[in-house]
Amino acid sequence: MAAINQDNRGLRLIVRYAVLTLIAIIFIFPVLFMVMSSFKPNLQLLRDTSSLRAFLPVGDISLDNYYDAFRRAPIGLFVFNSVLVTGVTVLLSLFFCSLAAFSFVYLNWKGRDLALTIIIATLIIPFETIAIPLLLFVSKLPWIGLEGIEIGWLDSYHVQIIPWIADGLTVFLFVQYFKDLPGELIEACRVEGASWWQIYVKVVMPLSGPVIATAAILKFLVMYNQYLWPLIVVQQETYRPVLVGLQYFFQLNITWGEIMAYLTIVTIPVLAIYLVLQRAFIASIASTGVKG
Amino acid sequence: MKLGTTLGAALVASVSWASMAAAQTELSLWYHGAGNEAESTALQLIIDDFNASQSDYTVVVESFPQESYNDSVVAAALAGNLPDILDVDGPVMPNWAWAGYLQPLDINEGVIENFLDGPKGYWGGELYSIGFWDAAIAMMSRQSTLDALGLRTPTIDSPWTGDEFMAALDAAKASGDYDFALDLGMPWTGEWYPYAFSPFLQSFGGDIVDRSSYATAEGALNGDAAMAFGNWWQSLFADGYAPGTSQDPADRDTGFIDGKYAFSWNGNWAALGALEAHDDVLFLPAPDFGNGSYIGAASWQFGVAATSENAEGASAFIEFALQDNYLANFSNVTGLIPATSTAAAMTDNYAEGGALEVFFGLSEAQALVRPVTPGYVVFAKVFEKALADIANGADVADTLDAAADEINADIEANSGYGH
Repeated sequence: MAAINQDNRGLRLIVRYAVLTLIAIIFIFPVLFMVMSSFKPNLQLLRDTSSLRAFLPVGDISLDNYYDAFRRAPIGLFVFNSVLVTGVTVLLSLFFCSLAAFSFVYLNWKGRDLALTIIIATLIIPFETIAIPLLLFVSKLPWIGLEGIEIGWLDSYHVQIIPWIADGLTVFLFVQYFKDLPGELIEACRVEGASWWQIYVKVVMPLSGPVIATAAILKFLVMYNQYLWPLIVVQQETYRPVLVGLQYFFQLNITWGEIMAYLTIVTIPVLAIYLVLQRAFIASIASTGVKG
Repeated sequence: MKLGTTLGAALVASVSWASMAAAQTELSLWYHGAGNEAESTALQLIIDDFNASQSDYTVVVESFPQESYNDSVVAAALAGNLPDILDVDGPVMPNWAWAGYLQPLDINEGVIENFLDGPKGYWGGELYSIGFWDAAIAMMSRQSTLDALGLRTPTIDSPWTGDEFMAALDAAKASGDYDFALDLGMPWTGEWYPYAFSPFLQSFGGDIVDRSSYATAEGALNGDAAMAFGNWWQSLFADGYAPGTSQDPADRDTGFIDGKYAFSWNGNWAALGALEAHDDVLFLPAPDFGNGSYIGAASWQFGVAATSENAEGASAFIEFALQDNYLANFSNVTGLIPATSTAAAMTDNYAEGGALEVFFGLSEAQALVRPVTPGYVVFAKVFEKALADIANGADVADTLDAAADEINADIEANSGYGH
């Protein structure tokens, strides 16, 4: 009987690993295709798409596509722009949205519930519907720059950052998480004479690692994949992000190998962030049930 | 004394330089060629020469990716942030002129007298834009294919009739040597459909819209001629002559070279690649289905923004750029068709005996601009959908009627688009 159970357990393990391996392969194949194709000349790449050769480093392999991709577009600049805009936005978003959530959960003020309802309701509004009004708005806003006061935010980093700092989802995530923190702890701090700011900085935020990781990753993905907004507010190459830069490769004769090389390069920051935050990311999914 | 003189001279020199710099007006130019090194270099050469040729203006270029260029321009127009000079795709020009993004060009029209029709952008009787080049489509095949199938070689003066064309497809299909007789490029969605396929409709005697008034598509897109076109179009796919909308995009790029198709309806931009693969490639004229042989025309052109405060300088730059040597240089680096025969004679590919000479002749003889109306940007999408639906088996009459109704509704919603 014990032997039979042992066999069943072994069989279950084999089946489980087979299924997991299959799923892993399904998810890894597009990435594998991208990376392998980035080393192949255009004609070979297109011909290989009809066979498993598409996923293998076979045939005429070289770094030519990478060389040509760097010649075609200022990739370093685009990656820098995206990383800068994304990084600053994520940090500011974590700060302001968590502060807002803190206020909604712990402070008593008139209209609090209505304000929270309105903020959460913004989740159902697609960005595309407000893109043009927002464009008209930011194009008329003043900004104090190095040359004094200027009118209009277009062609800048801040036009890509400021409108994206606050968003309903991040506030909602923090609100939900803060609600689950023990209220007694906050009350004890107040009794001991701690200010709200001290409670926010020294008690609540240090306990909020999982939700910070979740919110940071979700915001990172949104910001790093920005396309429509920078397309309409940025006219100068100096400020263009990676996804707008991808369009540089769609010419009359499309060079797919260069596109794959470009995509491989711009994927590196995403993989790096994932590897750094991998543990927190998995923990946050387990604790919040939110998927990226 | 000597030091004083030197300092004085230096002061005068710096003031002169400063005042010269102050007197120079910057002209901003937006171009759709970001990522295209050859085009950018050719354009920069013109800009450098223009800037050096006079002291009133300095042109500064900002390049945009072609795929998203129109969206960037429309957004900039809304935000009041257009440049002085911008380039515009030929069929889109009437829309931008009608929407108030462009103003008429103030150039000596004698300069463009010998230009091909395609690069000249007229709207409402006025010249709004002018291009350095045009593009053309041909029916690509190989001499060895025509010989093996026993087909005569059509010429610009004597293109295949519709019956001859179908006989050629039948012969290719019957030979069993090809996956399909004809490659139409069905995976190239978007502007390719109206650009490449509406000339077939026009050859049948129909059109996307009634060009005599631009007030309706009734009769043009769903009349007898259009019905004949629609039935023929559907038969290409239903009878197995051509792969439909599910055609593998990779096959579109390499299928003809690999011998999967006997004929390929493709542009001059793909011609050199085909010639590199096979030295007997032919570029045949569009068939004549009864009302003439047509191919699409009008590519990217330059215009002046309506908001430009330096329209005189902007027009001066555009006129400066229309010199044959620049047109020829652009053609040499891009492979596109130069706008004049004199420039063509200066190019590697389009001069007499050049590998692509036939495309200049096709542009000259068969080019027909797409409907010159602000509504074209909408009509093109309606037409594309109708053709895709018919290719996928939709009822021809119902589809064309619905398309005509949709275009008519759009014309009405826009109060006739200013015609």
